[in-house]
Amino acid sequence: MRFLRSLAIALAAMVGLTGAAAAEAPFIIVQSTTSTQNSGLLDAILPQFTEKTGIEVRVVAVGTGQAIKNARNGDGDVLLVHAKPSEEAFVTEGYGVERFDVMYNDFVVVGPASDPAGVAGMTDAVAALRRIAETEAPFASRGDDSGTHKAELRLWDAAGIDAAAASGGWYRETGSGMGATLNLGAAMGAYVLSDRATWISFGNKGDHRVLVDGDTRLFNQYGVILVNPEKHPNVKAAEGQTFVDWLIGTEGQAAIAAYKVDDQQLFFPNAD
Amino acid sequence: MSALSVSLRLILSGDPDLWEIILLSLRVSLFAVLIAALIGMPLGAALAVGRFPGRQVLLVLLNALMGLPPVVVGLVVYLMLSNAGPLGVLQLLYTPTAMIIAQVLLVTPIIAALTRQAVETLNEEYADQLRSLGLSRLGSVPTLLWDGRFALMTALLAGFGRAIAEVGAVIIVGGNINHVTRVMTTTIALETSKGNLSLALALGLILILIALSVNAAVALLGTTAQRTAYV
Repeated sequence: MRFLRSLAIALAAMVGLTGAAAAEAPFIIVQSTTSTQNSGLLDAILPQFTEKTGIEVRVVAVGTGQAIKNARNGDGDVLLVHAKPSEEAFVTEGYGVERFDVMYNDFVVVGPASDPAGVAGMTDAVAALRRIAETEAPFASRGDDSGTHKAELRLWDAAGIDAAAASGGWYRETGSGMGATLNLGAAMGAYVLSDRATWISFGNKGDHRVLVDGDTRLFNQYGVILVNPEKHPNVKAAEGQTFVDWLIGTEGQAAIAAYKVDDQQLFFPNAD
Repeated sequence: MSALSVSLRLILSGDPDLWEIILLSLRVSLFAVLIAALIGMPLGAALAVGRFPGRQVLLVLLNALMGLPPVVVGLVVYLMLSNAGPLGVLQLLYTPTAMIIAQVLLVTPIIAALTRQAVETLNEEYADQLRSLGLSRLGSVPTLLWDGRFALMTALLAGFGRAIAEVGAVIIVGGNINHVTRVMTTTIALETSKGNLSLALALGLILILIALSVNAAVALLGTTAQRTAYV
């Protein structure tokens, strides 16, 4: 172990591109989800924060489940994800300081134009999923414990369908990110539950389109949490708090509202 | 075709972000290969000339390690460097150094195994001669390595090929952070997930071009050096 440690230190010193070198400019690590990154939102708003505060924001974009696990290990200063029950558990268990609503958008069911299950135009997402299951039309699930996956599982639950039982049949669990799942869905003509932001900015839509939306159960809330410095002393609490305050403050909220792709607003700020 | 034109346009545009990513890819992978060579070459040579019980088992193990899955290496390095892990205090997670460490673990067995192969062949040929010069088995290692230097270039290139092409390990320990740990392979993965397939393919072509350039440079150096050596 000691050898490993000294080897690592020697390495760090030789390369000179780590901790020490970067320490001059303060930075925080934000564990976030693929939807905020792939939609281009973070690329658009983070420079405004950095310009104002001089704090660089390094984003690790993974699924919500993995982001929470990473934050639990102390590998991040701020958590920005979309699975409210898991976020609240994260705070209750003492890993996070406090949770704040940041913004919302909604989930949509996208599918092929041919629409084999005939769900186009439905506004009842649960009924639509039930129809997909009944016709055994292919459905591609994230299957990765992400926020979107959790939302999808809640819908199947509400529909009273055990989709996992059909896994490998009409129900395909990709175990990968939103984009990878959309790529697969487009290629095999499968229905997919996606967050609207990722869908709008997605570049490989094929003949897929939004078939089901407008159900209140498709609401998608994002929250932000400062990782608890009492649990992990390495957490940069001051800088992290500055970021949380900015994000839920006037400027951050305005920056979120101003971000558009193809003239469509992707995220709607709703901090208190 | 569109990917080809996109990649040409990207290269010609001299896009600073692209160059940053290319340079980081090269820096991480070349450095990893350098360290792996410093460990793997002596190790491989020692295994080639050494005779000890359990050697055969070690050789099988070493050869098997050439096939280490990058994603597993990434996970192990993540667990070590995580703030909840034993080396968390170093604060190396999500840095290029973490990526280098992961790649060293992937590349060292390749270089060691290929070195062992090359040196063993040379040793069979020259062992008697080396012994008559009074060199012990281990003492003959530097001579054998130097003599096999052109064959060893192949070992280095195989290691470099592995390092520059892998994505599974660096995306876990580097986190694919823009301007910090984003390299060619993680960018390709990201653009694919955004559905920007022709951009992803264009970046792939550039990556192949980089690998080709490095190999060509080594081949050129090798030929020149070989010519001088035999004059």
